[in-house]
Amino acid sequence: MKYLETTRRVALGLFGAGAAAVMATSAWAGGHGGVDFGGKTIEFVIPFSESGGSARWANFYAPLLSEALPGNPTVVVRYRPGAGSTAGANWFQEQDTDDGTLIFGTSGSTQFPYLLGDPRVRYEYNDWQVVLASGVGGVAYLPADLGGQMDGLDATPLQGTDFIWGSQGATRLDLVANLAWKMLGMTVDPVFGIEGRGDGRLMFERSEANIDYQTSPAYLRSVVPMVEEGLAVPMMTWGALDDDGDIVRDPTFPDIPTFKEVCEATPACSTEGDAWAAWKAFFIAGFPAQKMIFLPGSADADVVATYTKALQDIHARDDFAELSAKTLGIYPQMTADGAGKAKSLATDVPDSAKAFVVSWLEEDYGVSLK
Amino acid sequence: MDVFATALPALGEALTLIFQPQQLMYLILGVLLGLSVGVFPGLGGIAGLSLVLPFIFGMEPVSGLALMVGLIAVVPTSDTFASVLLGIPGSTASQATVLDGFPLSKKGEAARALSAAFVSSLFGGLLGAIVLTFFLLIARPLILAFGLPEMLMITVLGLSMVAILAGRIPLKGVAAAGLGLLIGTIGESDASGSLRMATYDIPYLVDGFKLVIVGLGIFAVPEIVALLRQDRAISRTGGLGSGWMRGIRDWAANFWLSVRSAAIGVIVGVIPGLGGSVVDWITYGFTVQGAKDKSQFGRGDIRGVIGPESSNNAKEGGGLVPTLIFGIPGSGSMAVFLGGIALLGYDPGPHMVRHNLDITYTIVWSLALANVVGAGLCILLSNQIARLTTIRFTLVAPFLFTIISFAAFQSSQSLADLAALMGIGVIGIMLRRFEWSRPAFLIGFVLSSQAESFANQAVQIATLRFKRGFWDGMEYIGSPIAITILVLTILSIVIGIRQGRQILGSGEPPVATRRAPLIFLLVITAYSAIAVWDASQINVMRDKIFPVTVGIVTLIACAFLILRMSRAPVGDAVFADLEAGEEDGAAPHGLWGTLGWFAFLLILASIFGFIIALTIFFVLFLRNRAGCGWVQTLVMTATAVGMMCFLGGVLGRDFPPGLLQEYFDLPWPFT
Repeated sequence: MKYLETTRRVALGLFGAGAAAVMATSAWAGGHGGVDFGGKTIEFVIPFSESGGSARWANFYAPLLSEALPGNPTVVVRYRPGAGSTAGANWFQEQDTDDGTLIFGTSGSTQFPYLLGDPRVRYEYNDWQVVLASGVGGVAYLPADLGGQMDGLDATPLQGTDFIWGSQGATRLDLVANLAWKMLGMTVDPVFGIEGRGDGRLMFERSEANIDYQTSPAYLRSVVPMVEEGLAVPMMTWGALDDDGDIVRDPTFPDIPTFKEVCEATPACSTEGDAWAAWKAFFIAGFPAQKMIFLPGSADADVVATYTKALQDIHARDDFAELSAKTLGIYPQMTADGAGKAKSLATDVPDSAKAFVVSWLEEDYGVSLK
Repeated sequence: MDVFATALPALGEALTLIFQPQQLMYLILGVLLGLSVGVFPGLGGIAGLSLVLPFIFGMEPVSGLALMVGLIAVVPTSDTFASVLLGIPGSTASQATVLDGFPLSKKGEAARALSAAFVSSLFGGLLGAIVLTFFLLIARPLILAFGLPEMLMITVLGLSMVAILAGRIPLKGVAAAGLGLLIGTIGESDASGSLRMATYDIPYLVDGFKLVIVGLGIFAVPEIVALLRQDRAISRTGGLGSGWMRGIRDWAANFWLSVRSAAIGVIVGVIPGLGGSVVDWITYGFTVQGAKDKSQFGRGDIRGVIGPESSNNAKEGGGLVPTLIFGIPGSGSMAVFLGGIALLGYDPGPHMVRHNLDITYTIVWSLALANVVGAGLCILLSNQIARLTTIRFTLVAPFLFTIISFAAFQSSQSLADLAALMGIGVIGIMLRRFEWSRPAFLIGFVLSSQAESFANQAVQIATLRFKRGFWDGMEYIGSPIAITILVLTILSIVIGIRQGRQILGSGEPPVATRRAPLIFLLVITAYSAIAVWDASQINVMRDKIFPVTVGIVTLIACAFLILRMSRAPVGDAVFADLEAGEEDGAAPHGLWGTLGWFAFLLILASIFGFIIALTIFFVLFLRNRAGCGWVQTLVMTATAVGMMCFLGGVLGRDFPPGLLQEYFDLPWPFT
């Protein structure tokens, strides 16, 4: 019965979609300022293309938001890719929609150029109002033979190997991995220019690369089978952040040690000093609050409150844990104060950490951010 | 056989799942949506899928799959309409189809070309599905055998097709391809983000030019302008010669060509990371090389339609393999498809092939079925739709300007898209006028970024291997697959150089003065020189080496051409100039005046926004250029504006805003 009903709803929806979209958008989005979104269309803009993790995340939330917001508005995901997400973010900076019909989703790739003072960045996170922050984790892994060389948690025996891996770029999220391996005294040559982490995994499978990392959803889906077949072994996770701001084991992978543990066990590595501070700052910016939903700074307070309530309702759904585990992994989905705290963690990086990373990128990879 | 024992029961289950009235209904709905979206150039599977994605969540899996697969499967079928009838490459999959399909339309054989194309698509799609059914189970190790050196070699094989498509003067082909490669490097490099011929002050350039815009600019703009200068129908005879039955007979007569092309399509489609853009060029090149009489290629040889069209639907099937086995999308639309599958509760990857084989086969055979339904519908429609080529082109052109502007605007939703389309359109017009190979240029552009990435990455890994040991390195770069492709590449270049002149090569080209062709050559030389200088300023080696190398090769080709021009007498073929020819030279309307109309639309759009600009443009164009009465003018204007609003509304797309929108908040669709 449910089956039939779904079908009918979908069929009707499809046929009506065109008409509805035209009518809804032309019913001109002007300021009632209310919180009932009945008959409206909400644009969920992400500064990325249709492929990739952010699209998956946005498309996960869009139908749920549509159900949870008062008035059941149509939520459409719009893509504004360009310049590694800075183009879309610059565009959002110019928007002043105040009635909640425009929301914007960012990712670590939007945060890092902002943090590093990239010349293309013309946006300011502090102007935006956050309503959701989603966390993600990451796991580094090795081929079985190299993984076996590690001395317990001590990575020293790996220092003699020439490592190579596929990386999306020195200034992207991958810098967390590059810096971690460097701190362990390993020689890891990134092969730059791959288009997504999936391509990096494929290089690993073809034995062209002999180290790699994946974000949690991808690790669960594609690396775990390799581990089961004995082709790969996990090396470490980046960890998760507890309430005191300390790095602890990733709840999705309680059996895999964190980079912090490996670092403590490896003489070459230290969990104090500039390098560690910089690593931790960028890990926090990149993972525990990787993806966020923003309203423009001009949005009314009750619009913000309505979104917060809707997102909290979504998280309170009985089936949410099951739904999100598949797409997003087991990570905190933060709203209200939690989201605000996550945002400030993600966007306030100490100047010393920035300076360290900028000079390291210049020195090791010849990347200058001018 | 083990494979059969696993495959057959699952296949049976899959077929039972598909052949339910409800699934068939969804499949057909998907096919219809895909056909409607695919007809518009620049809108492909991605736009169509984004349309249905919001409804996928919560659907019954097989229905959802049928809907999505039906949609994806027919996009490379329906975009043939634009390629054949209007000379507009509908998507990357049908660029090569333009080369012979459009000349056939001009000959008045549009229906024949369309039906041959659709039958080839249908066959390619079916063959692809059959191969996939068994290949899926054993593909993994084979696909993993394709490392970076092998992918680089396939890219080079694609580039070698320049040899056969270079046209009358091979050096011009080399220079055109070089220019394409150089333009492909504009913007932030993939490897380390250095800027090539760009500045952060112009963010648009940082991102580089998009294929949609370059394809439209190089092929569509010059053809539309050229046709508009003649005040007549696309079909020179004004009628439709042979009908769709003829096209089907043509296909049957070239059955083995179709088989071979489909096989190439599947193989190239299967390799993740290559993308589909090489496939149609490789098959087109092979089609020409394998033909005995080459004199008609580029002027309307039906084999030039059958080859690429057989491969592009087969490629869609092939592209499913990496998507399903590795969970790695082979193209943009596959990426969205992957997202859709996840919404249905399945996770593509090794375990899906292993544990949900019936669902996997449902996808494969929905694809085949959608091909049959889609191509069948298209064949039935082809006679009707082909009538478009008998309408006075001046009445069609404003619609085409509208559609290509809208299509171009989809690539980054900024006004700069329209400016880029105009700029590249001018380059396309010049390439056409002076007989520089436009296919060579496009091949260069399409393959630029992957040639650079694969070369850099393969060299980096090979260096490491050689550090470990000489034989370790040799084993990496000299695998049997790489060597086989290398041999194919060399053969393709040799055959191409020996036979390439036969294409477009017979007869004397029209020539006028020496000055105009020389000026164009000097402009290209200057650009290449500046690009080389610009790239040499970069201090990261991996970002610099490719543009510098390519630029120097282009400069050498240009230098030889300059030498030849300085020595050759006035009538030499190197001075080819279509403006002196019968067709363009005698046209009732001038080149720049005609292009001016298009520029006018874009300028209007930048002031008033797209929809208002469209209204003004249509009225002025139809009244002044086409000489229509007020009633006809208003009806056509209303039709065009209505069509754009509907399209934009349904797909949830914006229209280019202008200055006006900077100052005033206007309601949709004027935003």
